[in-house]
Amino acid sequence: MKKGRFGVYGGQYVPETLMGALSELEEAYSFYKDDPEFNAQLSSLFNDYAGRPSRLYYAQKMTADLGGAKIYLKREDLNHTGAHKINNVLGQALLARKMGKTRLIAETGAGQHGVATATVAALMGMKCSVYMGREDTVRQALNVYRMRLLGAEVIPVDSGTATLKDAVSEAMREWAGDTARAHYCLGSVMGPHPFPVIVRDFQAVISKEIKEQIIIKEGRLPDAVIACVGGGSNAIGSFYHFIDDREVRLIGCEAAGKGVDTFETAASINAGRAGIFHGTKSYFCQDAYGQIAPVYSISAGLDYPGVGPEHAELYDRGRAEYVPVTDGEAVEAFEYLAVTEGIIPAIESAHAVAYAMKIAPDMARDKIMVVTLSGRGDKDCAAIARYRGEKVYE
Amino acid sequence: MNRIEKAFENGNALITFFTCGDPDMQTTYSAVLCAVAGGADIIGLNVPFSDPTAGSAESFKANERAFQSGTTTDKIFELIGRLRGDIAVPIVVMAYCNSIFSYGSEKFISACRQKGADAIIATDLPYEEKDEFLPVCEKYGVTLISLIACAKTERMEKIAREAQGFLYFVPSADGTKDPAILRGECEKVMRAVRKSTDVPCVLFGADRYCRKLADGLFDGIIADFEISAIVEKYGADSPERVGEFVKAVKGEIK
Repeated sequence: MKKGRFGVYGGQYVPETLMGALSELEEAYSFYKDDPEFNAQLSSLFNDYAGRPSRLYYAQKMTADLGGAKIYLKREDLNHTGAHKINNVLGQALLARKMGKTRLIAETGAGQHGVATATVAALMGMKCSVYMGREDTVRQALNVYRMRLLGAEVIPVDSGTATLKDAVSEAMREWAGDTARAHYCLGSVMGPHPFPVIVRDFQAVISKEIKEQIIIKEGRLPDAVIACVGGGSNAIGSFYHFIDDREVRLIGCEAAGKGVDTFETAASINAGRAGIFHGTKSYFCQDAYGQIAPVYSISAGLDYPGVGPEHAELYDRGRAEYVPVTDGEAVEAFEYLAVTEGIIPAIESAHAVAYAMKIAPDMARDKIMVVTLSGRGDKDCAAIARYRGEKVYE
Repeated sequence: MNRIEKAFENGNALITFFTCGDPDMQTTYSAVLCAVAGGADIIGLNVPFSDPTAGSAESFKANERAFQSGTTTDKIFELIGRLRGDIAVPIVVMAYCNSIFSYGSEKFISACRQKGADAIIATDLPYEEKDEFLPVCEKYGVTLISLIACAKTERMEKIAREAQGFLYFVPSADGTKDPAILRGECEKVMRAVRKSTDVPCVLFGADRYCRKLADGLFDGIIADFEISAIVEKYGADSPERVGEFVKAVKGEIK
């Protein structure tokens, strides 16, 4: 297989001016990924700063209520900053510091990755610039304040649709102009090689832990692992150590928005097709001429027109399934988990919960499924209240 | 000798790029004719893309105006066919990878050949990925132009050795801000290029300093966002102004 490829997907489709920075990153990563000192420092940050390992919680009431498979929740929502995003940021920031970089550039949609990057930049004494679509800075004003509080500069992006994809474009452009000092801390398993590999490796801690924890609790592997997919970093993190365990079903839940048969969707695999964008070949929502489609989901974190290239390959060879979950189903799951287990999931993660609710009743009681709760839902409460017609503002 | 080789026969070449359909196809058509009349040696046609990640602010706006006028890849091929009937200079089509890949690489590149375009340039296609389009380009006799930037010497030489048509040099962001940095980059790139190939190399940029630099160092310059700025200012009346601009620049780089 060619370097940086997952089957035919992946690659490095970037302007020539970025190739120097990508090669530098590639070289540095291939050295540090096996460096014992780097890994010891990262483990210590994971455990002492982010609060890892995250819990694998048996959702007893939910299991009893649905009456089928035994449901475990992987609690990434309990990490510092409230989501899985911190895993990747700690890894990349540590790598950037080893490379002598003094500035982190990041894109953010809902603000979760931006907050995580601002947090770690503060911890490591690095400058931080977060690019965020103007639309999103308005929708997620509280997260803009959080990032500023943490010492980051937040730059609203007005180009294009003024959402996540435009923030990625702008962050890449800024990086191309400051590669000597800056590292681009990309938030998902997207973009040109080596990003999809780097981000996956740092998120793979999720499936590594699930495997160890489920063996202790159940003495065997789960029958299914379910996670939500935007770019797909928490999903690939949840799947990675199970890919060779063919008996484990891997299920990614895409944001269908108002439905995959409408234009208001962000389900790249279910509603898109193969394309080349933001440095990688993968599945993208696009028109007949390859113009990238404006996408929609109630979840700002899944509101991206593409999916990571490794997911595209897992889909093509039938190793993982990718299913669409609508706004309505996600909101119901958000409310269900709150009243059933006393856990408010991020609206992104609620997409995975929704699909678990759909299939668990039809599975035998001796089956086991693990649902990754990628983040907590405090950030979404006001928006979901408004979705339900309540006039709640942050 | 093909059309591209011929374009570099008489001193420095001026390559003028137009965003197709900005502000409409008829204006692009007329502006190209005026540029050729003014002395442009090669015509570049930009295929507008929804997310021009590598473009300047001018090119962003040019893309938006092009979409407003309903520009599509099919209409661009119609334009190329029409232009080929009227002009003898080479036509180079510049697009983001997805515009080519998603349309169907074979369909896109064969249409270039059939309508009379000589070459393609993919903005986001570095050396490592050129096999994405090169075999199809070879099949249809369409030249795949390589982009080059100031990088490690081995990298620049590797790119130059396999270059076809001409090399399109893109300065770094720092280079576009600081003439001293630009000069340094240009010299470094051209040392590597001259050592490795006979293929001509052109500089992206057509301001006064670039025109001066081109003299002696390069084989030509590329006017791109300068053209978009004229189109933005004068709209449907831009073709004549473009012609005047081309004539003035061409006079300076001879």
